[in-house]
Amino acid sequence: MSARIGVVTFPGSLDDGDAARAVRVAGGEAVRLWHGDSDLHGVDAVVLPGGFSYGDYLRTGAIARFAPVMESIIDGARGGLPVLGICNGFQILCEAHLLPGALTRNSHLHFRNRDQWLRVDAASTAWTNSFEADQEILVPLKSGEGRYVADRATLDALAAENRIVATYLRGNPNGSERDIAGVTNEAGNVVGLMPHPEHAIEALTGPSLDGLGFFTSILKHLAGASA
Amino acid sequence: MTTQPDTASSEAEEKSLPAQVASYDGRNGPDTVERAGETAGELQPFAELGLRDDEYERIRGILDRRPTQSELAMYSIMWSEHCSYKSSKVHLRQFGEKQPPSDRMLAGIGENAGVIKISDEIAVTFKVESHNHPSFVEPYQGAATGVGGIVRDILAMGARPVAVMDPLRFGAADHEDTARVLPGVVAGIGGYGNCLGLPNVGGEVVFDPTYQGNPLVNALCVGVLPVDRLQKKDAAGPGNIVVLMGAKTGRDGIGGVSVLASATFDDGSQARRPSVQVGDPFTEKLLIEACLELYDANLVVGIQDLGGAGLTCALTETAAAAGTGMRVWLERVPLREPSMEPHEILASESQERMLLIVKPEQLDAVLAVAEKWGVLATAIGEVTPSEVSGLPGRLRITWRDHLVVDVPPASLADDGPVYARPMREPADLILLQADRAETLPRPATPDDLKATLLRMVGSPNLCDKSWVTEQYDRYVLGNTVLAQPEDAGLIRVDEHSGLGVALSVDGNGRFARLDPYNGAKLALAESYRNVAVTGAKPVAVTNCLNFGSPEDPAVMWQFAEAVRGLADGCLELGIPVTGGNVSFYNQTGAAAIHPTPVVGVLGVIDDVADRVPIGFAKPATGDGDLIFLLGETANELSGSEWAWVTHEHLGGVPPKVDLAKERALAQVLAEAARVGHLSAAHDVSDGGLAQVLVEACLRNGVGARIALPEEFSAGSMPFVYLFSESAGRAVVSVPRGHEKAFTGLCAEQGVSWTPIGVTDGQNEALEIRGQFSVPLAELREAHTATMPKLFGASLPVED
Repeated sequence: MSARIGVVTFPGSLDDGDAARAVRVAGGEAVRLWHGDSDLHGVDAVVLPGGFSYGDYLRTGAIARFAPVMESIIDGARGGLPVLGICNGFQILCEAHLLPGALTRNSHLHFRNRDQWLRVDAASTAWTNSFEADQEILVPLKSGEGRYVADRATLDALAAENRIVATYLRGNPNGSERDIAGVTNEAGNVVGLMPHPEHAIEALTGPSLDGLGFFTSILKHLAGASA
Repeated sequence: MTTQPDTASSEAEEKSLPAQVASYDGRNGPDTVERAGETAGELQPFAELGLRDDEYERIRGILDRRPTQSELAMYSIMWSEHCSYKSSKVHLRQFGEKQPPSDRMLAGIGENAGVIKISDEIAVTFKVESHNHPSFVEPYQGAATGVGGIVRDILAMGARPVAVMDPLRFGAADHEDTARVLPGVVAGIGGYGNCLGLPNVGGEVVFDPTYQGNPLVNALCVGVLPVDRLQKKDAAGPGNIVVLMGAKTGRDGIGGVSVLASATFDDGSQARRPSVQVGDPFTEKLLIEACLELYDANLVVGIQDLGGAGLTCALTETAAAAGTGMRVWLERVPLREPSMEPHEILASESQERMLLIVKPEQLDAVLAVAEKWGVLATAIGEVTPSEVSGLPGRLRITWRDHLVVDVPPASLADDGPVYARPMREPADLILLQADRAETLPRPATPDDLKATLLRMVGSPNLCDKSWVTEQYDRYVLGNTVLAQPEDAGLIRVDEHSGLGVALSVDGNGRFARLDPYNGAKLALAESYRNVAVTGAKPVAVTNCLNFGSPEDPAVMWQFAEAVRGLADGCLELGIPVTGGNVSFYNQTGAAAIHPTPVVGVLGVIDDVADRVPIGFAKPATGDGDLIFLLGETANELSGSEWAWVTHEHLGGVPPKVDLAKERALAQVLAEAARVGHLSAAHDVSDGGLAQVLVEACLRNGVGARIALPEEFSAGSMPFVYLFSESAGRAVVSVPRGHEKAFTGLCAEQGVSWTPIGVTDGQNEALEIRGQFSVPLAELREAHTATMPKLFGASLPVED
């Protein structure tokens, strides 16, 4: 039986369909989760997709973080449930304090959509174990509030503990501290990524197939865990 | 119908915001039908609302009394140019009269948007509209709500919106006002479209001083629906409930169609800002999901979006379409401003609202779906039968038990005034056409030619537009196969079969200024060709006709000629016009913009995997692909980008257009794509062959070695070959081994071809043999530096 990966839909989620497609293309079963339902329906892992949950009003991710489904996800994540937050999902994970730091307005104040080179710095997490350490990948970035910030101590700790998952290469697109594109928690089960791997899974529609690695990683991780 | 406040009767002066003019003080309650009957002689501010004396008399005749304040507001907006098409109607009929037969069309002109069947089960709907004046007054919100409006038109047909495109035209690139308008417009389009989750897959960014005080912000949306989910707007079935769903109604946008639109712009433009609507894309996203869930559960009898003319337009059009009447309790409309008066509620253009007709027994289910999505939905009225006399039903609206409206809905929706306005060829046209660009000084040496190339690729209209397009999400929904800077956007519609659609929007105001009839045909030809180079088969047309004041006979002549050209062109190409939008009064003072018909063409491709991109492919082996120019090149420089950039010249007659040849070219391209003869294909238009070669090389960093044909190798002929803008041409690259079959296909279809060179994976340069060679790095620098220099270098951010 293939692993069941939950994909949450908040009001204003936009890339939920894309994340579900990526799970399927990788060989998993995508289970759609509704923001108002605190039941996780027994999924093995969860993806918080990109979009503008609640219109990004107040602060990105600030309202979604209080959705009923998030209570279960926060509890689950603390118990080891693998969670990947992409873009708006990353913002929600920071608001939920599952990940340190915050995502703020791009330093140039524009929304930016471009094919972005990344280096996968931490290939040890539940969501990156299919990559080689320091592997360079090409994945779309599309965000207006993607500038990762944290205090110096946190940034130093992230670097020291190998918790910076990915960094921007060939130009920092949004002013993120230390070129950070993604981070993970101490246990390595929760990962936040600003770029969109779910848009790089097919030659026809993406700039590469590099994004698929995040989704095959979780399947591999779950297969290992159940073995 | 229309959602954009872009035209209206010009008699309205800016002192006359309807909210202020309709100044009945309400001390004795609102102006009721009863009171109107008793005070027949009361003076009403109809002229300030843009109605002519004879129009006002006609309203009195229809009602057999004076209109109430609310009725007057309703007639003034529904009989405005924008809503009634009163100046354009007599011309637009040609789109129907000259319509080529099509077995694909499920809905056409007169609907919210045209619907085209692309398989037995799937249909697509698409339309382009303008939001020009609002975007000049308030660039961010004007452009944002332009996207929101066209998206609701598509939604109203039963479709899920799947992509947007934005043809944009601004004043001179280096003018200070362009620096105000462009960033706001781009951010507004991105802010709204990105938040809705719609990929932006193409469009135009054009600069010309003609648009200085009057930028053109057009917006196109395409949606997909199962054939059997097509929705109607008819308020059918007496006893059915009228539901208003979406945002609360506020004072924003009151009089958008009659105030902003009437506007020949002047110093008072800033005072019109309250007439611009304010957008909330998050609410629209929820509205989309709620509507789609309602359609799938078969809970909707009729549906209409609220755009220009707000509730007035939606109530009268839905009732008129069904011939029914309607009873509406206006105080049930949820308001942002509790102090709003009835005529304001009826005229408000608050965004993100839809009007639904639902069966009484399904009302609870409808309200439950709305609640699931967190969208407000309120029953505000019910459908009533036709009159006992057999006449169509009446629209009766009460407000707190006062009858404020009692009208035949069709008198507003369908039976507005129609004018055959006077027309006269512009007096200066003969002289303008005699001043040909073919006689201008040309670059004389290879070095001059190279310098011209570098200047051209960095000029505002030809330079790289990533500064704009990077602010749009092109990936969301995961079905974008091609997006800008490709010639057309290409969207996968069916993941299993690979069925997809291609879309392009194009216009050329300079060509249309020199010859509106052929200018419109050229815009059509370019859009058609842009779709064809992707490998898709063009099947349908939408248009946005941007013109000056229809009261100027010269403008009216341009309009009539352009419509005639477009209708004739569509007939010759065998593809129908399915809908569109007219935007008049695009002028500042007495100066009208260049006539600017913008044409959108939709194509179908059986398998998106066959699509052909514009960029030369990186050769797998040492041998490059063969490059061919299809079509014929003539000495045609009038109206060209070269004439403008190097001489600031506009004169002569535009390139000849031969639509039979365009058709043959499209057939070759579709067939060649299907069987895999092409590694790249790129339409030749603005900037000529030179621009195409640069773009095709830069896309993937692949060089090319070009040898000009014998007859274009001497004197200034290399220049003509590189910069002429002759129509009916495309550049293709053909992998080795396919050239015989490909040229055979061209011969079969009567398309002329010229082998002009090979791609070069080793040497990153564009070489024009006997003339010059330029490294791609130098071309890239020239091509990409312009926009950041004009509008601010944003990136990459260096640490």
